Amino acid sequence: MKDGGKFVVKWAALTLLILVLATLPLWAGRDYAINIGSQVLIAALFALSLNLLVGYAGLTSLGHAGFLGMAAYTSAWLMLQLQWGQLPAAALALGITTAMAALFGLIALRASGVGFLMITLAFGQILWGIAYRWAGVTGGDNGLSGILRPAPFGIDLNDASHFYCFVLLVFLIVWAMIAVWVRSPFGASIRGTRDQPRRMRTLGYNVWLIRWITFTASGFVGAVAGLMYGYYQQFISPHSLSLANSAEMLLMVIAGGPGTLLGPVVGAALVVLLKNVASGYVDRWITLLGCVFLLIVLFVPNGIVPGVAQLWQRLRARRAAVTSSTSRSAVEAP
Amino acid sequence: MTAALQITKLVKAFGGLQVTRGVDLSVAPGERHLLIGPNGAGKTTLFNLIAGDIGADSGSISVFGRDVSRASTAARAQLGVARTFQIVTLFGNDTLLHNVQLALLGKSPLRWRPWGSLSAEHALIERAHAALAAVGLAHKAHLSLQQTSYGEKRRLEIAMALAQDPQLLLLDEPLAGLSAEERDTIHTLLGNIDRSVTILMIEHDMEFALAFADRITLLHYGEVITAGTRAEVVDDPRTREIYLGH
Repeated sequence: MKDGGKFVVKWAALTLLILVLATLPLWAGRDYAINIGSQVLIAALFALSLNLLVGYAGLTSLGHAGFLGMAAYTSAWLMLQLQWGQLPAAALALGITTAMAALFGLIALRASGVGFLMITLAFGQILWGIAYRWAGVTGGDNGLSGILRPAPFGIDLNDASHFYCFVLLVFLIVWAMIAVWVRSPFGASIRGTRDQPRRMRTLGYNVWLIRWITFTASGFVGAVAGLMYGYYQQFISPHSLSLANSAEMLLMVIAGGPGTLLGPVVGAALVVLLKNVASGYVDRWITLLGCVFLLIVLFVPNGIVPGVAQLWQRLRARRAAVTSSTSRSAVEAP
Repeated sequence: MTAALQITKLVKAFGGLQVTRGVDLSVAPGERHLLIGPNGAGKTTLFNLIAGDIGADSGSISVFGRDVSRASTAARAQLGVARTFQIVTLFGNDTLLHNVQLALLGKSPLRWRPWGSLSAEHALIERAHAALAAVGLAHKAHLSLQQTSYGEKRRLEIAMALAQDPQLLLLDEPLAGLSAEERDTIHTLLGNIDRSVTILMIEHDMEFALAFADRITLLHYGEVITAGTRAEVVDDPRTREIYLGH
């Protein structure tokens, strides 16, 4: 009964959240606010992809923006140079980026911990260097501009509301797929390799293969985020796959709560809102962002979502204790 | 008869430190084999070599006639090698039930399935409950590991190993750090394991270990000093000199 109640509350909260998100264009009003909503969702998509590695597999990457940039550049180049349509360009960009993640995983997963971090950092820097220097293809520092947004079923995605709804749909599909995946038996295996890789091996799990599949899947989701990023910006430059971008995404995951489904979304919302809203009022908004991260690390070291959940549980326990002591007093009273 | 475990001239060195020096060991199916030796003798290293945690420099390891010298740890587990660790190695943030479920999942093709939920796998859950009941932990199935005692964690390790239907079970000091009462529990538990499971055990509690073992191997500085039945090894003056000390 207790679990059933929890289940209902969880689903009710989730439905409410989806309703709020879906109706954002109706109550947010200005295109500016709707566009920030799109930015949050794209950043959340990317943070979700990184969370698969950092939160669920326990592998911290500093080159993840490489997947975002690779997908965005590939799709942009195919559309701008070869005049491909959005759909085939997107499909090939997803395929190439996922294949690259699979190939890169073969190298990066020879190490774990700091070694893995350094290899992914190197990988990100190599891609950044290529984007920056191979000007004939990537446009160099100027990047590639003029990326056209798709028009699914004739719907014009140049409209801020329409584009927001498109990104929301993609986000919800990806989020649901990740939710199913991490709760599955394979998801339990991934978490096991994060917590006790040695024990997992002795239990018969191929830890390397589990990590490689996760790495590749994470690259695929990163590529989806990259496509959305390209469509939103209608421009792609080396900054998109820079170390700063990778680090910012990592901060989103850590701030929101790694290894949770909502954490990266909350982290993405926090960073994007601070970046866009706070920067309008405060010149030193990066300092403000730093202070916010400091507070998170000090007061909710596991991230905002797990921190709030713990606080909620503590409050409930306290309320239950007070209720039980009150009813005991009432029984004992003559 | 094919040996459950056949180790031939196994050599392992960490840099200049030779930890196993041409170890030969044969364990018959169903046997309870005790591995003894002073600290630093190379007992746990030998376990790690058998389980595949580390690779040997030379020599061979066969399990029920299959050469596993080059096989990965996971492949050896799939062939029926299970182990417990000297230092308890469990999933600390999960429940006891989830720990055993992971052990069962490790040998099931279900572990690759990217949809559904573990909590909906009723057959797996039933088997996990049965494995916990076998070590007297059924009533604690839904508790977090952090809410259990050290002795219960030791029992859980054994439950996880047994849940995998092992053919060869490696027990690394299963009584270490336990109270007298907990030792008795584990003693009974290990005594009840079916003879279809071959056991190789490292244990320093000689009262229990000598009563449990069919055969004993004494290891010293990575070398087999003597091997044989309980009486043969205990009566060997080298055993007294190196290990028993009286």
